[in-house]
Amino acid sequence: MGAKKGGKPEDAAEDMPHVPLKAILLADSFTTKFWPITLECPKVLLPLVNTRMIDYTLAWLESANVEEVFVFCCSHSKQIISYLDKSKWVKQPNFSVTTIESLNCISAGDALRLIYERNVINGDFILISGDTVSNMVLKQALDEHKERRQKDNNAVMTMVIKQSKPSQITRQTRLGTDELFMVINPTTKQLLYYEDKSDNLKGNLTLDKSFLAENTSISVHNDKQDCYIDICSEEVLSLFTDNFDYQHLRRHFVKGLLVDDIMGYKIFTHEIHSDYAARIDNFRSYDSISKDIIQRWTYPFVPDVQFSTSNSANLERHGIYRASEISQSYSANIGRFTYIGKGSSIGGRTIILNSVIGEGCKIGDDVFIEGCYIWNNVTIEDGCKLKHAILCDGVVMKSESVLEPGVILSYNVVVGQGFVVPPYSKASLLPQPVQQDSDEELEYADNNSGIIPITDTLENGNIGLKLELSDLGIGGRGFIWSISEVDHEEEWRHSVAPIPESKLIELTQTAFDNLEINVQEDNVLPVLDEQESGDESDDEIRDEYQIFEKEIEATFLRGVHEKVKEDHIILEVNSLRLSYNLALENCASALFYSMMKLALDTPHNSPANLVKNVNDVVSCWGKLLKPYLQGIDDEIEVLMKFEEMCLENGNEYAPVFVQILHLLYDKDIIQEEAILKWADEREDADESDKVFVKQSEKFIQWLNEASEEED
Amino acid sequence: MDFQVVVLAGGTSKKLAPLVSRDVPKSLLPVANRPVLSYVLDLLEKTNIKDLIVVVEGEDTDGLVEHWISEAYVDRLHVQVASVGEEVGTAGALRAIAHHLTASDILVVSGDLVCDISPGAVAAAHRRHDAVVTALFCTAPVSGLPESGPSGGKDKTKKPVRHNIVGLDLTQQFLLYIAAGMEVEKDIKVQKSILRAVGKMEIRADLMDAHLYAFKRSVLQQVLNQKQTFRSLKQDVLPYLVKTQLRSEILLNEAQAEGNGNETDCYNTDKVMLSQLLANASTPSFHEVYALGPNGFSPVERKTHKCCVYIANKTKYCARLNSIQAYSDINRDVTGDASHLSGYSFSGHNNVIHLSAVLGLKTTVGPQCMLGEGSQMGDKCSVKRSVIGRHCRIGSNVKVVNSVIMNHVTIGDGCSIQGSIISSNVQLQERAVLKDCQVGAGFVVTAGREYKGESLPK
Repeated sequence: MGAKKGGKPEDAAEDMPHVPLKAILLADSFTTKFWPITLECPKVLLPLVNTRMIDYTLAWLESANVEEVFVFCCSHSKQIISYLDKSKWVKQPNFSVTTIESLNCISAGDALRLIYERNVINGDFILISGDTVSNMVLKQALDEHKERRQKDNNAVMTMVIKQSKPSQITRQTRLGTDELFMVINPTTKQLLYYEDKSDNLKGNLTLDKSFLAENTSISVHNDKQDCYIDICSEEVLSLFTDNFDYQHLRRHFVKGLLVDDIMGYKIFTHEIHSDYAARIDNFRSYDSISKDIIQRWTYPFVPDVQFSTSNSANLERHGIYRASEISQSYSANIGRFTYIGKGSSIGGRTIILNSVIGEGCKIGDDVFIEGCYIWNNVTIEDGCKLKHAILCDGVVMKSESVLEPGVILSYNVVVGQGFVVPPYSKASLLPQPVQQDSDEELEYADNNSGIIPITDTLENGNIGLKLELSDLGIGGRGFIWSISEVDHEEEWRHSVAPIPESKLIELTQTAFDNLEINVQEDNVLPVLDEQESGDESDDEIRDEYQIFEKEIEATFLRGVHEKVKEDHIILEVNSLRLSYNLALENCASALFYSMMKLALDTPHNSPANLVKNVNDVVSCWGKLLKPYLQGIDDEIEVLMKFEEMCLENGNEYAPVFVQILHLLYDKDIIQEEAILKWADEREDADESDKVFVKQSEKFIQWLNEASEEED
Repeated sequence: MDFQVVVLAGGTSKKLAPLVSRDVPKSLLPVANRPVLSYVLDLLEKTNIKDLIVVVEGEDTDGLVEHWISEAYVDRLHVQVASVGEEVGTAGALRAIAHHLTASDILVVSGDLVCDISPGAVAAAHRRHDAVVTALFCTAPVSGLPESGPSGGKDKTKKPVRHNIVGLDLTQQFLLYIAAGMEVEKDIKVQKSILRAVGKMEIRADLMDAHLYAFKRSVLQQVLNQKQTFRSLKQDVLPYLVKTQLRSEILLNEAQAEGNGNETDCYNTDKVMLSQLLANASTPSFHEVYALGPNGFSPVERKTHKCCVYIANKTKYCARLNSIQAYSDINRDVTGDASHLSGYSFSGHNNVIHLSAVLGLKTTVGPQCMLGEGSQMGDKCSVKRSVIGRHCRIGSNVKVVNSVIMNHVTIGDGCSIQGSIISSNVQLQERAVLKDCQVGAGFVVTAGREYKGESLPK
């Protein structure tokens, strides 16, 4: 740390003469993965090996020569602001921390839009969330980014990635995040494709052929992890503002940029190898990253280096960290890779393995603790057994109680004597919110207003509540949140507890079965396969067209009924055409179709009457067709549409085909050449297709003669 | 080596009309004055492979091929010529000669291959990994001559033509994905299961399938028997094997098919594989890791097989004679850049003029040219970057540039031939002008006619 700080002024002078490097730190994950804990405390203030998460992030930013950090807070913003005000970060020279508060943002996209409005960012900036632990050296990535940016103004973002192969069975990384498929250009490192869990169901990855049009080789990765550290150019903020529907940084923004080929913005990747970077996304990554910190992968951000306000601990043999003022019984057994905070006491014959114990904890005799994260001021009475659990501040476990793997106990929960908390349960003093949104993005504003009052009553020590809360045994306090069926199935994925073996076997079996199905699907004769896919796309186009046709019809009818000006209808039709990406002739035929339908729907009692209707409609609205009938081909398209109509609409038009054709000719909608060409084209067609040509034989003959006379 | 070699010599390819005919099947088309098939046979001979089967498509051409081989390679190679029906495809051809195949591994070589890559290297890669199939790939735009101006321009326009799209693993030893034929133009569909197993896949479009495969015989025959609809090795068999490599249907069935004694077989192959692994001291490939399952336990026994690739060094020459363009390219390359393939020794002027050839006054033959036995040229002729066959009679004032002239061609005075291919026994009368034409055998170009970019069959 010291060395790095010393080197800072020089670097700054060389690389960024006047523009201080800025960072946006999102102190809100906009998810509910840390519920119920985050109902009471913001995620970035949760302790990670006895240091708040945000301190790791800020310490890293400082070491990476970032000079201005804008901390964006949303939920529990007051807590974050007051914490930062008291922290050492505000007093650092060459390092300023500014908070931006908003209560109505529901996503990272909203946050960035707000920051854009504040107009505080100019130049490149680092986008990071406040739950990231890293020790990477930013300089190289930053230089690469700047260099690229000089060559190509569209290189707006550099994403930091790291090698991490997801398990083949669970399809998640050791951080508990879902497997990720990325396509990267191996020479330029440009990111071409990004797919996370959201579209994971298919057995194949479909890559656009255009990837290979520009490059002779591309790499498809399933072995990389997204570190959620982005180096962005200032355009990124304006992009979020332009695309007001972008919410999620990856799902919307990154994918949106990759799909969009009009603006041509590019995203690049920077892979780190020996450096550490990881984001605490869920309880499993909390577990993994805590272990990494204890095993010193994140050096210099380890418990025995004082990099934040927390008290430092001494590192002893076997990776055991001890803070000061610990009272420990001589018969207690403390295993490897364990952290014990200041002022904690441990009773006799207690065994502690691979765990973190915060400050001021009281642990009784004969307690067994394995893989647990125990925060501050927790009381564990004699004879308790805890495995792979998280216990927040002030939790009390009465004697002989047991925590099965994966249990989360939120603030001040009390587990009754001898009570066994079932695996993966989450307990809190707060009742479970009733309208649980299945979507990950949650309306935090609502939650805030709903929850803060409850917290207040609890802190006042409401006795009335105490009596009711008996989910956790006799003398217990707190609700066990019920987990819906679907969530329960997935609970083990993101839990602190290791994945049970039985689950692994089950998954291996299903993965294998799926493979079998895939292979069988694939092996349908390739020829058939092609045909199917061909049909599919045809169907899609047809469907699109039908929707378009309906829209046009609706527009036209509205125009007729509300007497909209023709120009306006044309404008609307044009915009529809653009949005469905269709050709002019499609508009002509769709409009024509709507007109004929109108004529048909207008009451009539004889074919002659119908012709009159058509005459009325066409003379009134015929001008609409003009802009779309640019050439003979468009007119033929209309003719063909008419033929089609004659065949399907209960044949009402069929008998009067010639009359209407004549009418269209008279009204100058269909020209002579078009009719003749249409007749020509039909010459070689099947008999069934020639019905109408035959009907209009005389008319065509007359046209022919007329043209000859002219000659 | 327990390898059997099958050379698929093809028949009278339609793509090469009007150059090929019943009298001159594709395999006997002269490249630098010797049949293209001889390049493959020489290559195999150099690798010390003496026993081979040459498969000819179509009934009437096998005699010609057999005759030529027996004459040219008498005492050198032991060649068995088999003929199969037309239009059976490469897979069909192997199906038809199945009863001849006995060795444990089969090397299948296309007869139109002109290359200097040792098939032994492919066979070794095949054996090293105990693969079911190993394919040879080479860098794709092999036919381009960057230094020559006009063809360089052509290459640029040709570049978007992809021969193959292949997915390779990190070590570039295993084939994970392949798109051939029409699929090359489509979006790439990569199986996630393979990607999961291997972690990283490199997809490349700059490689070309050289049509040299090593197959495990039992697997090949099984696939051919089971999938009667498969016609092409490249477009059906190879993609099938690649697709199913993590869930092999082949080995599974093989055990049943071979009936008794399979247990010992399996045991043996296991032992072989294990010993190979130990011998190579390498980490197990992803196939083996996958087959074992995580932590070495797997609820079901997983059958996998390996599809390997051998990627030729960029400095090696490799081309296939499968189009008119390729024909002129290969002729130019073999007399130029890849002259070591031609088997001739080039003179100080970097050309080959047979001792019996006669040149008139002031006639110049430029570098990278070849003039065959007994050919005569009149006065003031000029030949640049062209190949002229045996016993041609060329008048005076004739210009030949960038062209191939086969045997027994008569060219009258004052003709000009550019970028053209002229088959045997063609007669060009005085002052005929040909530019970018292909002239079929026995055609007569009347005096003073000009043709440009035409195909002229008899």
